[in-house]
Amino acid sequence: MLEQLVKRRYWWFVLSLVMILPGLYFLLLHPLLTTGQPRLGLRPSIDFSGGALWEVRFAERAPGELGSSEVGAAFAAAGFENAQVQMSQVDLDGSPIVTALVRTRPLNEQTPLQDRQAVEAALNDQIGTAVIERLESVGPTVSQESTRSAVIAVIGASLIILLYLTWAFRQAPHPFRYGMCAIISMVHDVVIIIGVAAIFSTFNPRFEVDALFLTALLTILSFSVHDTIVVFDRVRENLLARQPDQHFSDLVNHSIVQTLPRSINTQMTTLFTLTALLFFGGETIQNFVLILLIGLVVGTYSSIFNAAQILVVWEYREWKNWFGRGRRDHEKPATA
Amino acid sequence: MRSREIISILGIVIIAALALWINLAPNQMALGRDVSFRLGLDLQGGIQVLLRATDPDVDREQMEIARGVIERRVNALGVGETLVQVAGNDRLIVELPGVDDPEQAVETLRGTGRLEFIDSQGQYLPSGALIRTTGSPNPVLPEGVEEIQTLDDLGPIFESITDGADLDTSSVQPAFSQGGVTGSRPAVSFAFTGESAQRLAAFTAQNVGQPMCIVLDNVVISCPQINAALRDGSGVIEVNDVTDRDNILNQLKYGALPVPLVVETSRSVTATLGQESVESSIMAGAIGLSLVAIYMLAFYRFPGLLATLALALYVLISFALYRLIPITLTLPGIAGFVLSIGLAVDANVLIFSRLREEYRRGRDIHSALELGFEESWSAIRDSSVSTLITSIVLFIFGNSFGVSIIQGFALTLGLGILLSLFTAVVVTRTLLRLSTPIFRDDRAWIFGIDRTKPAVAKSAAEAI
Repeated sequence: MLEQLVKRRYWWFVLSLVMILPGLYFLLLHPLLTTGQPRLGLRPSIDFSGGALWEVRFAERAPGELGSSEVGAAFAAAGFENAQVQMSQVDLDGSPIVTALVRTRPLNEQTPLQDRQAVEAALNDQIGTAVIERLESVGPTVSQESTRSAVIAVIGASLIILLYLTWAFRQAPHPFRYGMCAIISMVHDVVIIIGVAAIFSTFNPRFEVDALFLTALLTILSFSVHDTIVVFDRVRENLLARQPDQHFSDLVNHSIVQTLPRSINTQMTTLFTLTALLFFGGETIQNFVLILLIGLVVGTYSSIFNAAQILVVWEYREWKNWFGRGRRDHEKPATA
Repeated sequence: MRSREIISILGIVIIAALALWINLAPNQMALGRDVSFRLGLDLQGGIQVLLRATDPDVDREQMEIARGVIERRVNALGVGETLVQVAGNDRLIVELPGVDDPEQAVETLRGTGRLEFIDSQGQYLPSGALIRTTGSPNPVLPEGVEEIQTLDDLGPIFESITDGADLDTSSVQPAFSQGGVTGSRPAVSFAFTGESAQRLAAFTAQNVGQPMCIVLDNVVISCPQINAALRDGSGVIEVNDVTDRDNILNQLKYGALPVPLVVETSRSVTATLGQESVESSIMAGAIGLSLVAIYMLAFYRFPGLLATLALALYVLISFALYRLIPITLTLPGIAGFVLSIGLAVDANVLIFSRLREEYRRGRDIHSALELGFEESWSAIRDSSVSTLITSIVLFIFGNSFGVSIIQGFALTLGLGILLSLFTAVVVTRTLLRLSTPIFRDDRAWIFGIDRTKPAVAKSAAEAI
């Protein structure tokens, strides 16, 4: 079974595709089908889209009694039309308190206080005692810059890692491949995670792609490369002590098997800490931890079942045979 | 035992003692500084404001001056642990932990001049005099003025009719006063809202013919005679020339800053939300750590015990560094720390896996130990460097989100990686080498390894 890991490489690629496709559907196709417009199926938080987020508690109202349209009307009266209102409740000292999460345009830059006071007055007037628990407002320019920084951060980190890996594997033949394969498997993980975020955005109205999500994504990215490096390090070591008659695919398979105990154990310990965080870490970071959890599992998977396998595909330049005959004829001992 | 190990263990003990001393320092003071934990806004509640200069071509020097002005205003709030930082070219990040009144905070920040009308009890106070009012009883005293040493030297506290926070800044406009003895003069129009408008109307209605003093930031501007009641809370301030008018106008609208600033982003977080998060995160961290320790012990036996010790030392040193540097702890920061624990464990797992592998290949336990460290070093080095690269990139680009969100994460993760190289490699190796006298091949069980059973790796190797 374990010696078949590399031989079955196309199985793993198909498996990856199966994991990627649902996410891609909800990221690209689903919003197109439901709204008729080409847009991304991600719900950006105000960090990226700009706007204001209000958390308002209504002490006088019983749960279920207050509708979101009523809250929206109060916001509209205060000059915040098209407010998106979500009702929920929090337990405060044992009794449920009605809470509304409201997203609106950002506060006026010149008169933020008047905006806040207007809303407070309208809510108190139309609904009853209302306390603004939290108010975040992000201006449109700062959110555009955040989005740009996020993209630059991901691309910048990838490029520097690519350079470093090419340098770190300079003793092995074709050092550039190692960096590229690590980046390809990293992109695989990023695509899966963004797909998961699209699925969450579609089905969980409270899920938003925010700065914390970006933090999770960048962590997954670095852990994915981390895992890949551990496997590649063993490939490099085995290559330097390679027997002349050893197939490259066998060598990679052997390296994967050798690092398997470590991969499993590290995965277990990280899973312990993350699961503890998931269950006891508080509601504020639950989405963050869940994304991390999925991402780390996917990252370990891709380091073994993608990165190392692509290395083999590259070694034999198998793409030349993808559309032709004689797919398996080429696994001769490499001469490199 | 070689002298190198003795020096290492001495160093480790000293570092551990130092870390313990910082963590347990009485009164949270160590090495002449405050070493209490700094909690970020998301943990202790407070307000974060991003101010942007309205003029995009503002230069660095002006931003620094603006930062200084804002910092003085923030310090006047007396909330401690505040942060005022220039971000990018034209922004200032201000964090006010512990502040729960956003209106007060934003008003202080924008420092729009505090315009008050006071009941001067029939006196015409001299223009330019610094006075105390009920709205602002403790003004900052000027330095180097002999007659004014304490607040009492300023005289009585005058009753404020209006509250500066009620000034509608959008109504502050340049104007010309009409008529009067002196003819048309430059002026600034203003309007109050809310209770201040009502009180101003009531006061002016009752005191026609009496003086009423206009005070800006505790300095008397003028004491005009009330000619008629200001019924809607609005009116004009007459000034002598256009320069004066522009100064007062800017001060009322934007505050006395080299560049006008607007509130681009503001966040307020309640402390209750934060306190729950802190407790649950600490709980989660403790549970996660215990699980890791149990797993390492069960799987790797004696080395697992040493790894747990190294991990405990890692936590101890991390906390000491957070207190000493200081690093402001935020929720993402704690997440970064918990993840760096994972990395610290990974280094040990790499080493121990290698150790077992070498032992199974038939090496004696001592050389298996040395090889375990030697052969796993390249993997540990390369993976650590790449994670370090990511945390550095995050730290640089995290700036535009406001310091507390992403930079906190990058900082604890980056620091964690550097530290884990020390604890997982140096500490574990020193401890393992020091315990070599108890290693014998017939005691291999303390390593949880058995030479007689074929290992997974071995069977795979033979299959090739």
